[in-house]
Amino acid sequence: MTTIPLFALVGNPNAGKSALFNALTGARQKVGNYPGVTVERHAGRMSLPDGRPIELVDLPGTYGLEPTSPDEQVTRDVLFGTQDGERLPEAMIVVIDATNLDNHLRFVLQLRALGRPMVVALNMVDMAARDGLVVDEGKLASELGVPVIPTVAVRKRGLDALKDALADLSMVATAQPDTSVDRDIRHYQRESRRIAALATVEQPRGRAFTRTIDRVVLHPVAGPLILLALLFIMFQAVFAWSETPIGWIEGAQAWLAERAVATLPDNFLRDLLVEGIIAGVGSVVVFLPQILILFFFILLLEASGYMVRAAFLMDRMMAGVGLSGRSFIPLLSSFACAIPGIMATRSVEDPRERLTTIMIAPLMTCSARLPVYAVIIGAFIPARNVGGGVGLQGLVLLGLYVTGILGAMLAAWALRRSVAKGAPSGFTMEMPRYQLPQPRDLLIGLWQRAYAFLRRAGTIIMGVTVALWVLTSFPQAPVGEKQSEYSVAGRIASGLEVVLAPIGFNHEMSLAVIPAMAAREVAVSALQTVYAIDAGDDEEAGATALGTQLASRWSLPTALAFLAWFVFAPQCLSTIAVVRRETNGWKWPLFMLGYLFALAYLAAGATFWIATAAGL
Amino acid sequence: MQVRLDELPYDTPATVSEIHWDSLSDRDARKLRNLGFDEGVAIEALYGAPFGGDPLAVRIGRMQIALRRAQARAIAVTPGGGLAA
Repeated sequence: MTTIPLFALVGNPNAGKSALFNALTGARQKVGNYPGVTVERHAGRMSLPDGRPIELVDLPGTYGLEPTSPDEQVTRDVLFGTQDGERLPEAMIVVIDATNLDNHLRFVLQLRALGRPMVVALNMVDMAARDGLVVDEGKLASELGVPVIPTVAVRKRGLDALKDALADLSMVATAQPDTSVDRDIRHYQRESRRIAALATVEQPRGRAFTRTIDRVVLHPVAGPLILLALLFIMFQAVFAWSETPIGWIEGAQAWLAERAVATLPDNFLRDLLVEGIIAGVGSVVVFLPQILILFFFILLLEASGYMVRAAFLMDRMMAGVGLSGRSFIPLLSSFACAIPGIMATRSVEDPRERLTTIMIAPLMTCSARLPVYAVIIGAFIPARNVGGGVGLQGLVLLGLYVTGILGAMLAAWALRRSVAKGAPSGFTMEMPRYQLPQPRDLLIGLWQRAYAFLRRAGTIIMGVTVALWVLTSFPQAPVGEKQSEYSVAGRIASGLEVVLAPIGFNHEMSLAVIPAMAAREVAVSALQTVYAIDAGDDEEAGATALGTQLASRWSLPTALAFLAWFVFAPQCLSTIAVVRRETNGWKWPLFMLGYLFALAYLAAGATFWIATAAGL
Repeated sequence: MQVRLDELPYDTPATVSEIHWDSLSDRDARKLRNLGFDEGVAIEALYGAPFGGDPLAVRIGRMQIALRRAQARAIAVTPGGGLAA
């Protein structure tokens, strides 16, 4: 246990707190979790001018000490010294936005009432100047009775002066915070407006810049079109830019497997390493490029201030199914992967809306479904032009995405009227001014998300892949028997087939949906393996492309049923594990498994029966 | 003359004259207070979202915020003025 002093960074959302945190601590950050709640703890190291090391914790942004969300609750409890897993910070750095003193000073006054050592970082003084505001920090400091240091976090301006002020603070280590906070914050409000008027020397010219952009992007007609265009560009980039790095990862994976085969003796351990571990970890890492590209765009839109506008534009539509614009961002992330999407639901304040968002996140078509879709569509849907340069195959793919979205909306509607029933929570959010995103903050954000994804998904998927490899490899089939039927997994598949046969699934498909639980795209390699192994000595048949194999062995209704299954089926296990973690128990992940399997079965069945009846 | 915030025409500077806190849920009231809603503060309706103008984007003090019309209904404003308290 270290005994170096703990300082807390506190402030309103959009005050530039995270930028200041990044500027003060650099890359020396640790992201953890507060015990018992799904609130992230960001901490880092900095040192004072005299060399004293300081641990700096970046508390969740909040508008006051009356919490309206778990995040804000943590901030309050840390400052009151009552938060599990955190000591009482020795001092506070309060970050305020120089262009919004009326509101931000109120929080400073509330914090000052705690009677703990504090320094105010008067941030974004450059933005204030742009808006025609000059803030007299001397007057501010004398009115507040605490040191006030002007800063521009994104330009690293004022950091030395801030550190000097921190070093000069007299620490009263024993004084407990005065938590008898006045519940009626209105007198703080008025006092805050009085001080703001005193300390602000010039009157604003108004936020011309933000107003000009908003007039376009919030326009009733142009606004939604711009949002749609941005989303289109984003998804294009996710798929177009990721091809090359995915190729590298697959190349590296193949090279590793080759090296292992070449250097190790042919035994159980080598098979486990090559087919279990290398293949398993590879199947996760291969999604990293797409996830990074998607997050790059999301972070860019968030840092620029546009994301709140997107939520604003989408709120009406989401309200129709009992959600709010806040759920838009997590659902957007889920198109790359449901895991970061579900983690992003932490920003949804209402617990029932958050639960609903978690439950429908897996219905957004994640990138792992694409390989499955691509193989089946390539094998069964003719590459025909339906006019206007639109291909039938692309149209079917789009249809699968849309089916997922419609399914999600329907599920949200039903959930908000049953298990997640509750009054609509409203959509009250600050719309920050537009800003140029800083490369440094983007990079730190990307790195943290990539790391969280690899750690959480990597460990689980690797475990499951190894287990499935064991199940499909043992016991070894004697001569004349098919490995795909003789192994443990094969026998489980035979059992599953009884249930799945009515919706058109054959034995190989029943087998493929088992490893697809680990990661959806494994269904493709599983089918490949099954057909390759069962081809036996007939090398020619074994080497035939999977698409051709499928086209000759499956009927069209069977293939369509398989696609419908993959739109709804609850996969992968990592998602289930993340849901368990985010909802603190097994109840909701099991509920999710149940309802999604039911939907998948019905959808696949209906597709198969209708297609068969239609004579396809 | 006093109107409800959801009836205030766009781009018309006004002042918050009364907030019916008791018609708001606890959390909505806290959120609005946290965002600086108070009698005497300058306010202006800026934009309405597509498809019916709900939610609303308003300027309150020096901040721009979004809120739904259901919450805006609890806020009475007096057009004209621009006299920031």
